[in-house]
Order: sequence, then structure tokens, then C-alpha cells
Amino acid sequence: MTNNKRITIDPITRLEGHGKIEIFLDDKGDVERAFLQIPELRGFEQFAVGRPAEEMPRITPRICGVCPTAHHMASTKTLDDLFHVEPTPTGRMIRELIYNAFQFEDHTLHFFFLGGPDFVVGPQAPAGDRNILGVIGKVGLEIGGKVIRARREAREIINYLGGKIIHPVCGLPGGVSKALDEEHRVQFLDSAKFIVEFSQFALQIFDDIVLKNKEYVDIVVGDAYQIKTYYMGLVDEKNKVNFYDGDIRVVEPEGKEFAKFKARDYLDHISEHVEPWTYVKFPFLKNIGWKGFVEGKDSGVYRVAPLARLNASDGMATPLAQEHYEKMYEVLGEKPSHHTLAFHWARLIEALQASESMVQLLENKDILDPNIRNIPTETPTEGVGVVEAPRGTLFHHYKTDEKGIITEANLIVATVNNAAAINMSIEKAAKALIKGGKVTEGLLNMTEMAFRAYDPCHACGTHALPGDMPLVIKIYDKDRELVKQLKK
Amino acid sequence: MSTEKPKVAFYWCASCGGCEEAVIDLAEDILKVVEAVDIVFWPVALDFKKKDVEAMKDGSIAVSFINGAVRLSEQEEMVKLLRQKSGLVVAFGSCSHLGGIPGLGNFWNKETIFRRAYLTTPSTDNPDGTVPLEKTEVDGKELTLPRFYDTVYTLDQVIDVDYYLPGCAPPPDLIMNALQAILEGKLPPKGAVLSPNKSLCDDCKRNESKPEKLTIKEIKRPWEVELDPEKCFLAQGVICMGPATRTGCGERCIEANMPCRGCFGPTDQVIDQGAKFLSSLASILDTDDEKEIEKIVDTIVDPAGTFYRFSLPSSIFRRRRMEDIK
Amino acid sequence: MANEAFEPKLVGFLCNWCSYTGADLAGTARMTYAPNIRIIRVMCSGRVDPQFVLKAFIEGADGVLISGCHPGDCHYQEGNYNALRRHRLLSKMLEQFGIERERFRLEWVSAAEGVKFQQICDEFTEQIKKLGPLNLNGGKDEHREA
Ligand code: SF4
Ligand code: SF4
Ligand code: SF4
Ligand code: FES
Repeated sequence: MTNNKRITIDPITRLEGHGKIEIFLDDKGDVERAFLQIPELRGFEQFAVGRPAEEMPRITPRICGVCPTAHHMASTKTLDDLFHVEPTPTGRMIRELIYNAFQFEDHTLHFFFLGGPDFVVGPQAPAGDRNILGVIGKVGLEIGGKVIRARREAREIINYLGGKIIHPVCGLPGGVSKALDEEHRVQFLDSAKFIVEFSQFALQIFDDIVLKNKEYVDIVVGDAYQIKTYYMGLVDEKNKVNFYDGDIRVVEPEGKEFAKFKARDYLDHISEHVEPWTYVKFPFLKNIGWKGFVEGKDSGVYRVAPLARLNASDGMATPLAQEHYEKMYEVLGEKPSHHTLAFHWARLIEALQASESMVQLLENKDILDPNIRNIPTETPTEGVGVVEAPRGTLFHHYKTDEKGIITEANLIVATVNNAAAINMSIEKAAKALIKGGKVTEGLLNMTEMAFRAYDPCHACGTHALPGDMPLVIKIYDKDRELVKQLKK
Repeated sequence: MSTEKPKVAFYWCASCGGCEEAVIDLAEDILKVVEAVDIVFWPVALDFKKKDVEAMKDGSIAVSFINGAVRLSEQEEMVKLLRQKSGLVVAFGSCSHLGGIPGLGNFWNKETIFRRAYLTTPSTDNPDGTVPLEKTEVDGKELTLPRFYDTVYTLDQVIDVDYYLPGCAPPPDLIMNALQAILEGKLPPKGAVLSPNKSLCDDCKRNESKPEKLTIKEIKRPWEVELDPEKCFLAQGVICMGPATRTGCGERCIEANMPCRGCFGPTDQVIDQGAKFLSSLASILDTDDEKEIEKIVDTIVDPAGTFYRFSLPSSIFRRRRMEDIK
Repeated sequence: MANEAFEPKLVGFLCNWCSYTGADLAGTARMTYAPNIRIIRVMCSGRVDPQFVLKAFIEGADGVLISGCHPGDCHYQEGNYNALRRHRLLSKMLEQFGIERERFRLEWVSAAEGVKFQQICDEFTEQIKKLGPLNLNGGKDEHREA
């Protein structure tokens, strides 16, 4: 008897405290359900209570050391709202500079170190080559050096203005704590120009290696990696992609605008569903409702992050990125695109927009104005702040007493918005790749690819160093005896 | 075999991943390390399993670097296993060393944290009152989660620790120094924190701007005032944990014109960082008048959460009194 | 109530020059006062490190008293003012840990005030009896022990 099988995809990185995938087969040996479990909770919403509001930008980044800048910025923007103060024009420019530098370096990290190697090196390449070293082997050492330099220079900007690259500290209501001087503006402008070049070049690599290869393109647009959902993202007044500010726009699976709202009204549009088998919650569109892990227009499941942002917008905010945006939808043949693997492409287009924005900000000498902060004068009450983290729309919401001490906090973290969709993508890929109880080695990586396209935080670092992709599939018979183990 | 490279393990507990980033940030230097040692366990980057560690001889790992605090049963099991297999254990980063920011959870307990996360946040839609369970059955399929403790623990409250690498996250130069010291066997006495044993103020550029006798009449919150980029924060009336914090970070926050929050923990002479800072702050309040003292104390809005920002689990009390939490 | 049989454990840090002598006076004069308090002699109330107070509580004290010379009388000039500033700030912080203000007292007792010392002890004992045991558990954890 081989029915009632249980498969544990056990990437140790995500198992020990950080996530595991369990797949259950039915009597025929086909996939019945797949679960991504996140066995982690730290309770920030609770222990924020009692803290002075202005400390939140220094507390909440510890939710995630991979995207601390996103939490720092969302938190700082929440303080603007809470203290009823607008940042000075320079304060805002400096924040946007930091934020775009961060968006660039994080996207680049993902493309070259984490999820991208599957493409660049090839999904069928030996596991030991699917990492940054494999990438360098394929694209050449010189380029490898450029990757490292581009990231280092972007990170230097954050380090200089934010104090620390891991957990920056410069955000205050009404602005920032540190000004930019001419010497550094010139230096950073040089970096930014190099970074624009680099981002274009990264898209060129994607073009050469992925788009010119029919096999890859087939995988990208294949059925295993497609789910139809709603999409969410921040847009500016012209409905162009914006990472730092704007309105939240949601489009239907067919592309029609479904909602457009201000951060302050997020509770009218988003709710979170709880399951007993994971510590993570599942956000959904409130006006549609939670219908379970299902696709389509009648299900409240939505997606966020690069492809979702592009889907939810009418274009990019910068010229070069806009060209690539147009090209992408032309190749994919539809907008919105539901191809999960196209997240990688969208990610590179976003990195380009972020780089172009850095140049724009640094070419404007207004960024040197010493007036970096408006000091609040009104009594704090309640605030909501939102940014587009690399991994999606990030909401912070605080209430305080009249002294500005937190009485309530609510956070919807970027990756969490995608939690339901990630589960569904894994299930779909598994269903397409496991049939009649037959589990092939290729499944390991294909399932992982579905998962990694979202760049979920808890998967960070996986490909960062030489070594195997850590993944094991365990197959148990109905008595839960281990009958087979696949390991890369 | 003397030619064998020393074996090294990395592990993360309740951690934000920033400490792992800090290691990855060593960039080219990490390759030198990889050459000199044999990394036998690193869940974030390499494919080795718990059972591989179980199969190792006791003490056969030269050194394990462990980041993150301990809050889940699974983490406790793993670190106990690593202790058994390792010659040296280094607590890496504030969370592991002192409890870190997640340690602020010790103002609460499991029940209140769950209630907030799964029942009362305004975006939660949970009419059945579902909360995550250690064991669940979904359509006859059993799924398990690790147990969540009431209290966050520092690493040395769960296992014996040999050295501490401070910081949230530890800076690259300290990490490299520590690795070199270990590789060359030039180690300080057991229990040492691998950063100079003096206060941050001793190294801070702004120290010179401190008046002969530092006194303050008023406490200012960072958002309330313009922050002078040159003057000592305490002299500006802004709380800065410098006097009660160990040096070694390169005054990173101060460089960004923000006061220190103490992520490096205290110096060797001090057990309880918060109490130590309280003591120094009280002594510079510039008044003997009872009423005035009370007025100033009133403006120090969150002493416990500020003085123990990173060190609550390692404090003398470790946590808030359980009975007080409703 | 279990509290009826509850005998609070109190710790008193007394400055050598005034308060300790005052307490001594209470003792030698055979004034009877509640026996709950364990006295620790310090050179000056200003020498009581807040860490001592936390230690006392975590090791089982249900209440802690610091007693020094009257304002202006401190043998080290400023010591008792320092104690006053610390006491007010520490009391506020202790509340955040769930320790009621009444459990941590600061008093001025001169060498001649044996009676005052006796009264303080009695009153403090009564007050803590009403509040009940402190039960700081320093991190004992039912979910971990389970
Ligand atoms: S010490 Fe800081 S960087 Fe390291 S895991 Fe803890 S919060 Fe993250
Ligand atoms: S208190 Fe802060 S600003 Fe002042 S000298 Fe010390 S570390 Fe520097
Ligand atoms: S200044 Fe203080 S809080 Fe900032 S990194 Fe240094 S020790 Fe940590
Ligand atoms: S000597 Fe008695 S309080 Fe200072």
C-alpha cells in the first residue's frame, strides 16, 4: 500500500524555525494538499505597546534583517501621519534616496544570489552551480565584480545616511536626522550613474540568457507557474509604480481597477485570515472575502511584490524602466500577467527604476538643503504608513496616547500579503509535477522555484554561498514510515 | 590529524536574519574564512541536516556561532545539540547575547502575544477564534509547530556559552577579529565579550563637547528638538545609552546623528545595563528638589523599554512579573 | 486567604551614619518592631546601586527600603539627593515590571529617630502583607517546562 503519502520538503533553512513545505498525496498518489508552514512568531505588535512612538523606526526593523530599511521607512512614515507633520522637501528627498538605493540593492541581491541563479545558470544545471559562483562562471568574472561593486556602493549610501546598513536609524517624524553634503552628493551621483548602467546590463543578461532561450521561456509561461489573482501596489498620481509613496491600487485578475485607496483606509480593504497550522496570517481583500486557497475573481487572494506592482500600475515612473515594462508585457502577451516566474523579470525592471530615481534625486541640488526636518507641534493620535518593500506592500499602523506612547500597533508585513498565493503556487507546481505517486528529482527545484519567485523573506540567503540548495523530500507510507528520501 | 581544518557551525534561533546578513556582508573576507575552516552546518546557506550534526562526535565542531534569542522548543533542542558537539560556542549578536529587541516580548507572555496577533489586531478576521496550535489535523493530516514559550531567553540561559560577539548586528571588523583569534588560538578568558571593555562614551567624538560636570534639567525626546550634530546627546538632554554601553560599534548610530540605544550591552563590570544607565542618568539630573525630580522623571516616558531596549532577558529580572500581565 | 499566614520578607539598606544608628537605637531600646526586615548596612544611601535593589527583589524580597540621613545631613553631601533621584526613577521603572510603588520605599531617618524607624518597619510590613507576596519568578516558564 502506498496511498496516503506524506511528503515533507524540508529545506533546512526554512525548517528549523523558518518554514517547511508539507505535501500530502491522495489514494492515487496525486497531490491533495500542500502546506507551507511558517513556525515563527515574535509578537512585535504586542511589545510595541508602551514604547515611545518615535522609537518604532528603531524597533520594527528587527522584524527582518533582510529588509530592515522597508520597516524603518514604513515606520517613519507612520510617524509623519501620527504626529500630523509633513517631511520637509529635503527630508523627503533623502528618504527617497535611501529607499531607492535599498530597493536596488535588495532586488539585485535576489536576482544574482538567491532566485536568479536558477535562470542564469539554468534550472537543470547541477545544484552545486546554482549560486552566485555559478552565475559568475556563466557571465564572467568581470561581471561578478560589477555585481559586488553595485551593491556595495548602493549600500554605502544607506550606511552613510542611515548609520547602519542593517537596521538604519535616521528616520524621525517630519524628516531625517542627517543631512547630505556636496562632497557625498557628488560621490553618490557617480555611484548612481554606475548603478543605472549596471541595472540595464542586468536586464541584458536576462535577455541573453532567459529570453533568447526557448526552453526557459516555455517554463516561464508554462502552466505550472501560473495563478490568477488580484494584484496590489503603490502608484503615484499618474498610476506609475512608486516604492516610497502614493495610493494603493488593486486590479482584478482581468486587469480592471478594483480599488484605489489611501494608506489610512487600509482596514476597509484588507483583512487577515488565521489558520491553526502556521504562525503566519493570510491577508485577503475584505470586499471579496476569504474563500480559501483558490484562484480567480471570486477569491479574495491577491498578490504583491514586483510583478504585482507592475500589474497594478499603468507604467514605470522613469523612462528606461518604462521601455522594459512595455517590452515585458509584449513578450508575456497579457496584462496583468499571472506568470509567477515573471516576478524575476519585473524585479529587474524595478531595480532599473530605482537606479534612475537615485540619479534624478542626486542631480537635484535641493537635496543639500540643511532643512531636513519639520519638528512636530501637534498632539500625536493615530497613524498609518505604507511603502512598497521589495517583497510587497508593507503596512504599519500605530495608535498612541497624547504623549505619543504606543497603545496599539498593527503590522501587515510584505511577504505575508503573498502567503496564500505562495501556498497556492507551491500546490500548483506540485500538482503538475507529482503524478501517480511518482516523484522526480526535478520536482525539488521546480517547487522551490515557485516559492523563490516571491523572494519570501524567510528564504533569504539560501543561494548566497557555494554549496547545495538545501532541500530534501521525504516520502512516508500510510504508517508514516519513511520509504524514500530524495536529497540534492 | 593536525592537517584537518577546524569545523565551524552557524545557527539561527529567534532572529531577524540580520546577523546572517552580517556574515554574508564580509564579502570577499568570507572566502578567506571558508578556506581556513570547514563549515559543517549553516542552515541558511548550506545543505546539512540536524541528523548530520547528531551523527558527529561530541566536541568535534571547533566552534559554533549562534545568533538569535531562544523562544521556541525547537531552538532549545538545536542549541543543546550544538553545545554537545562543539568545543566552543559563541553567542553572536545582541539577540543571542542579551535577548535583543525580540526580548522586549518579556514584557508580555505567550497568551497576550497570541491574543494580539491572532485575535485583536484590527485587520484580523477570525470569527472562530482560531490560534496556531502545536498539533493540528487538517482533513486527517497532522501538522505540527514548535512550542512557543512565555519568555525569551538569552543563549547563555539555555546552554553554556564561551564567548559573546555583541551588536545588532555585529560589525564586520569585530567578526573578523573574532574569527582570527579563534583560528590562531589567541583567545581571551572564557566568558569574554569580544569587544573592548570600555564605554561607548570613551570612544565617542562628542565626548569632548561634554561639560566638566554634565547636568541636565530637562529630558527631550529625539522628535521634539533639533539634534545638534556635534554635541553630546546627553548634554542636549536627549537620552543616549553611551555611558552604560560597551564600545566597539564605531558609534554607528551617533554618526547618523541619533543617540545610542545600547545594542552592545554593558561593560564587564556591570550585570544589569538598564539599572546601570538608570543610575548614571539619575545622577546628572540637575535638581535636589523632590517636586522637580518627579517632574523630570515624568518626562522619561519609557524607562524600562529604553534602558533595556536590547537587554531585557539578560537583566536581573529577565522579564515582567507574570502575575501582572492580564 | 493564603495571605493571612504571609510573612513578608523585607530588605532595608540603611546608611551607616544616620539610619543604621537610628535602627540600632530602636534595637537597644528594646522597642519591638516587626521582625520581617533584614538590614544591610551601607556607607551612604547614595551608595545603593539600583542593581542591589533588583537583586533583593529577585532573590525573594517582597519589599525594599532605602533609608538615609535627612536632606542636608548626608555625610557625603549629595548622597541622599542622588538616592532620591534614583528612587523616583527606579520606582517608575519597577512599575513597568509589575512591581507596585509601595514595595520600594525611601525614608529619611536620623540617628535619634529610633521610634520613626520602628514605625516605618511596622507600617511597611502591614502594607506588604496587604499586597501579598511578590513572586518574581525570573523567567520560570510553564510552556517551557511543560
Ligand atoms: S542581533 Fe539584531 S541583527 Fe542579529 S538577529 Fe538579532 S535583531 Fe537581527
Ligand atoms: S552620551 Fe552618547 S553622545 Fe554623549 S559622549 Fe556618550 S555616547 Fe557620545
Ligand atoms: S551606537 Fe549604540 S545602539 Fe548604535 S550600534 Fe552602537 S552600541 Fe548599538
Ligand atoms: S551618609 Fe547617610 S545618606 Fe549619605
